[in-house]
Amino acid sequence: MSEAVVRRIAERFGEKVLRTFSERGDDGIYVAREDLVEIARFCHDDEEADLKMPVTLTCVDYLGEEPRFELVYVLYSVRKKHRIQIRVRVSEEDPVVPSLTPIYRGLDYWERYVWDMYGIRFTDRLKPLKRLWMWEGFEGHPLRKDFPLRGRKGQLPELDIQDIYRGPGPGPTSRPASRAAEPRPSQLPIVK
Amino acid sequence: MPETKNAQLGQPEDVLEAKLATRTLSLNLGPSHPASHGTVLFHIELDGEVITKLDPEIGFLHRGFEKSCENSTWTQCLPYTDRLNYVSAMCNNFGFLTAVEKLAGIEIPDRAKYIRTIGAELHRICDHLTCVGAMAMELGGFTPFLYAVEARDLLWDRVAELTGARLTTTYGRIGGVNRDLPEGWVQKVKDTLKRVAELRDDIDALLTHNRIFLERTRGTGKMSAEDAINYGFTGPVLRASGVDYDVRKAHPYWVYDRIDFDVPLGSEGDNYDRYCVRIEEMKQSERIILQCFEQMEPGPILVDDWRFVLPPKNEVYSTIEGLIAHFKIVMEGVKIPAGTVYSYTESPNGELGWYLVSDGSGRPYKVHCRAPGIPLLGGLEHMVVGSLLPDLIPTFDLINMIGGEVEQ
Repeated sequence: MSEAVVRRIAERFGEKVLRTFSERGDDGIYVAREDLVEIARFCHDDEEADLKMPVTLTCVDYLGEEPRFELVYVLYSVRKKHRIQIRVRVSEEDPVVPSLTPIYRGLDYWERYVWDMYGIRFTDRLKPLKRLWMWEGFEGHPLRKDFPLRGRKGQLPELDIQDIYRGPGPGPTSRPASRAAEPRPSQLPIVK
Repeated sequence: MPETKNAQLGQPEDVLEAKLATRTLSLNLGPSHPASHGTVLFHIELDGEVITKLDPEIGFLHRGFEKSCENSTWTQCLPYTDRLNYVSAMCNNFGFLTAVEKLAGIEIPDRAKYIRTIGAELHRICDHLTCVGAMAMELGGFTPFLYAVEARDLLWDRVAELTGARLTTTYGRIGGVNRDLPEGWVQKVKDTLKRVAELRDDIDALLTHNRIFLERTRGTGKMSAEDAINYGFTGPVLRASGVDYDVRKAHPYWVYDRIDFDVPLGSEGDNYDRYCVRIEEMKQSERIILQCFEQMEPGPILVDDWRFVLPPKNEVYSTIEGLIAHFKIVMEGVKIPAGTVYSYTESPNGELGWYLVSDGSGRPYKVHCRAPGIPLLGGLEHMVVGSLLPDLIPTFDLINMIGGEVEQ
């Protein structure tokens, strides 16, 4: 069933569908990011395709290949019970992809996930693009293959809070090293 | 100075007609709040008591699930999948293993399929009990919660007899399950299910026709079928909107095609329908388990293929082939053929999808978990905007967002 849909899309768009694939029951197409929105809109609106449900979006980092990233959209048709994948290759130098949230609102969180974990930007989103799991101000994108497993990157900075019980905060000028030099109460020697 | 609402609406500032000047209030609910479970921080904009904007902030439980999986062997990923949904760990275990087996092209033995179905359905009942009980508690009814926890604990005792653990089961191996049903377990489960059915009917009797409960849930958190599909909803929340999509029926896996069960559907798409769908699904799960006990026959529970499964101990100690197979699996991990796969099973909250990429080595290249809770949380704003703040609580409870899998 899903092969028929893939064929239909491939016939309709011709050159714009770079490649089709069928692997272990997953059928899908490779497209360029310039044609992504047009093809996704066709998938959503077409009677035969009827791919109304955005199942998921993820990204794979093929470090060393060019283009480096591969976005994988999984779309499903509840009525016709078929699903296809749309894959888009994105290069490391220009990791920008048009957003599909105007068509599939459910991709909102998945796009935030891909931005957070892989650093791929989405343009023309309905809502601002924020990180999903890491905090704003975190440096780097953890699921990239060149991100260290035990990195100490992007530690959460201590807020400059002056008015709570524990006394004056460290402030923007203080250094973590000088703070560490001061013994905390628990580290003070026990006098007997 | 903030712009007043009257000025926004362009209403005359007449002395007799003048309304009190109001402005929206921003409120932070969570990440730890007595009326919600899970660590989610809601940034809410309130106009009076009406929600105008909702922005859930998640990530407090993020622990790098995918990164950890990429740096461990396929078998070592299995304990991580328990922690995704700690209420129904077996659904996640088996969902992940099904994806790996699809990638490797393994067909597991019939008995293992039945055991997986039984385990997943037991945990589905646990998950729905938790959801319904916790929601009742957060709406002010403590008794149903205690009933639900009693029933859940009974089931967890049976799960502990089967797997050795109550919560983090790590049950199942690539190619089957790691042990057969214990002696006399089937009868125990049948007795337990009778007691669970009684407790479930008690919860049902306490809530379903309770006027306070009806007023809190009926008509709140509405979602139309088109919107639910567009937001990527799956599971009981989608079915409460009247969309007939259950992976077990639409794309049967394991033994669901041999079993007679119904998929309950709602009509309104409100919280009351979601609650009713969950209650009804518990009854269906019970039916499925009892049919599995009838149908299953003795047989192997693991595939006999030493590329994927540890050889029996007497072979390891007495033959060189067994020893080498054991060594290769323990030291290098199970080698899964290179390729990609998207596999999906029905977990209690919806479609649990796995996008796996293997490069042919013993470690996964990429493990993506499509947690059903992420789209549900993404659609929460659409469900509650325009309704009262107290409606957020049942709506959030009934989408049953599990922090472990949404924040990974």
